[in-house]
Amino acid sequence: MSTQTPQTPQSPQRDQRDLLYSEEEETLRSVVRGLLADHCDATAVLARTESAEPHDRELWKALADGMGLAGLLVPEELGGQGATHREAAVVLEELGRAVAPVPYLTSAVIATEALLACDGDAARELLGTLASGRRIGVLTVPLAAAPGDALPGVRAAGEALYGSVTGVADALAADVFLVPTSAGLFAVDAALDGVSVVPQISLDLTRPLATVTFEGARARAVGPESGPAVRRGLRAGAGLLASEQLGVADWCLTETVRHSKERHQFNRPVGSFQALKHRLAQLWLEVVNMRATARNAADTLAAGSADADVAAALAQAFASPATVHVAEEALQLHGGIGMTWEHPVHLYLKRAKADSIALGTVGRHREELAARVNLPAP
Amino acid sequence: MTDAAELRSRTQEFLAAHPPATTERAAFLKARFDAGLAWVHYPEGLGGLGAPRSLQAVVDAELEAAGAPDNEPRRIGIGLGMAAPTILRFGTEEQKRGFLRPLWLGDEVWCQLFSEPGAGSDLAALGTRAVRDGDTWVVNGQKVWTSGAHAARWAILIARTDPDVPKHRGITYFVCDMTDPGVEVRPLRQITGEAEFNEVFLTDVRIPDAHRLGEIGDGWKVAQTTLMNERVSIGGARIPREGGLIGPVVGAWRERPELRTHDLHQRLLKLWVEAEVARLTGERLRQQLVAGHPGPEGSGMKLGFARLNQEISGLELELLGQEGLLYEDWTMRRPATVDFAGRDAGYRYLRAKGNSIEGGTSEVLLNIVAERVLGLPSEPRTDKDVAWKDLAR
Repeated sequence: MSTQTPQTPQSPQRDQRDLLYSEEEETLRSVVRGLLADHCDATAVLARTESAEPHDRELWKALADGMGLAGLLVPEELGGQGATHREAAVVLEELGRAVAPVPYLTSAVIATEALLACDGDAARELLGTLASGRRIGVLTVPLAAAPGDALPGVRAAGEALYGSVTGVADALAADVFLVPTSAGLFAVDAALDGVSVVPQISLDLTRPLATVTFEGARARAVGPESGPAVRRGLRAGAGLLASEQLGVADWCLTETVRHSKERHQFNRPVGSFQALKHRLAQLWLEVVNMRATARNAADTLAAGSADADVAAALAQAFASPATVHVAEEALQLHGGIGMTWEHPVHLYLKRAKADSIALGTVGRHREELAARVNLPAP
Repeated sequence: MTDAAELRSRTQEFLAAHPPATTERAAFLKARFDAGLAWVHYPEGLGGLGAPRSLQAVVDAELEAAGAPDNEPRRIGIGLGMAAPTILRFGTEEQKRGFLRPLWLGDEVWCQLFSEPGAGSDLAALGTRAVRDGDTWVVNGQKVWTSGAHAARWAILIARTDPDVPKHRGITYFVCDMTDPGVEVRPLRQITGEAEFNEVFLTDVRIPDAHRLGEIGDGWKVAQTTLMNERVSIGGARIPREGGLIGPVVGAWRERPELRTHDLHQRLLKLWVEAEVARLTGERLRQQLVAGHPGPEGSGMKLGFARLNQEISGLELELLGQEGLLYEDWTMRRPATVDFAGRDAGYRYLRAKGNSIEGGTSEVLLNIVAERVLGLPSEPRTDKDVAWKDLAR
């Protein structure tokens, strides 16, 4: 019996994406991975989750100040590295693999991209500051907001802001808030009077949420229109979140395979039982699929391709449920130890589940695709 | 000869000397083979130039642009994809010279006599016997799932030559002449109503020892080359978005709003996403191959496509509603190739069931991924050191 696959008409694709990793990207990966191995092991991450300082500021300093990674998406003339989403995606893969509690996605990707959509000196100056990593910027939208969602209702009265946003990721670490209002995008210093940040108890302790409230806080205008800036920030966030999810899933798979080889029951490694092997092989397949999809999203963003919206929605629609599945299976296949607080798998499950809601759920991204690829609802 | 530019100009020179518009098809193909442009990674004199395999794309692009005829690769897929690489690796000089040219030209179609009623996933347990009689072997047994046996001139065959050793060690690999009077081919009708496959009964078939491939008892090792090449062929082609089985479903969805329901919409979107992701994974694998770094992803591609094809074609029937209750034609036919696109939804649904069985069941492929890619230990084996004749069956 021979293998038969459906034949389809061949048409050369002009918009061909590079789905591989370059040598430079692999070098970047190994440097970041080395740093995380030294500074961010699972025990340390776990201990930090219940401390007064949920973010790892030393690690952030090493990534941003030491390696310049906060400025990957910022052009060199504005003080950044002038790299692309492909490199930022590799950094996010590694941060995901370590569930590192640093505001990279929020500051170096989402806030930075929102500012890149704005012209003017205020935006440029802020970009340079965020690129240096010495200040952390956070866009005040709920972590659950998808690209294209309605904006939260913060009101601008002249240069004073009023209103409250809940579920803002990494707000506790922010030095500056980027606040979308109907009068444009504003920047507010987090230390100013009239700004309060109240922590919420978050499902994912490694990316804590908070409620940010403005009561007459003094703000600077950085862009005349919030909509395009927020959309751009969230789209890049959604596209690159898939790389973080890939890192999370890859850790889960690797650790579960290792556990299955070492753990003996019935006088055999449990990984020799076909019932478990098949599940692990399925997880591997999901990770392989996720990698191609995440690379596609990063490369389309880097190229400024017209397909970037589809690629980001596709990446989220696939990676969110897949990562949750891999993390849930990882917990189950670890058996009893997987249910304990001391074993780090719960950190990955919580990140996976939170990531599946972050920047839009799978259903939200399917709706986006339905509109963009002409598959209308009844 | 490893340079793309050099190969491109050589192909152009060849095309100038043999203009496709005015050259007869058979003559063109013969000339192409003799010019080493058939499969450039094969040795000189055997249709190739000893060039890297990836450079074949350069030749193909030039030939395609010039409107050159091809050798109908789908009709002779088993020969090209399975028999040829095995003959190249294990054949004698005489075998290579004798078999490869007519194989590539499509003058001689090949089929594969591997699976048996009692040896499917456990292929090494096969029981077709080959007994030596002087310079020939006498073969008796039954093979099954043989695509194209009714059109084939030759077959690659594995048979048991020593029942007294463990199963993997007593097998020998042969080339079988399908015109031998002891070969009887019977169509095997499938759930689609037609017979792509055959049962092949071998009764006192005589195979000269000169048609043995590899050493006596080494047949399992030789067969690994064949089977590896069977799975490698996936992932070579570039598929456009909505290529594959998702195409007809989204077509119906767009053209026939009256079929749409909310439930089907969600399921369609989920499958659209998975089909596009699988396409990207195939594309990534292709890019890895072109870059000379083949990844283990290939082992998983067929698994993913099998499940997707089945789910998508199942959804298509449901989308069609009342029409999904009908079937185009149950007439028993013996098609030369499989054509998903040119058939109705019912055929696609039924034929796709074979995708998780043919070329290695999904269960066996999951074992392969788990053991070879993830490095998980194998299940305890009770048959490794037992003589074949003492195995339970």
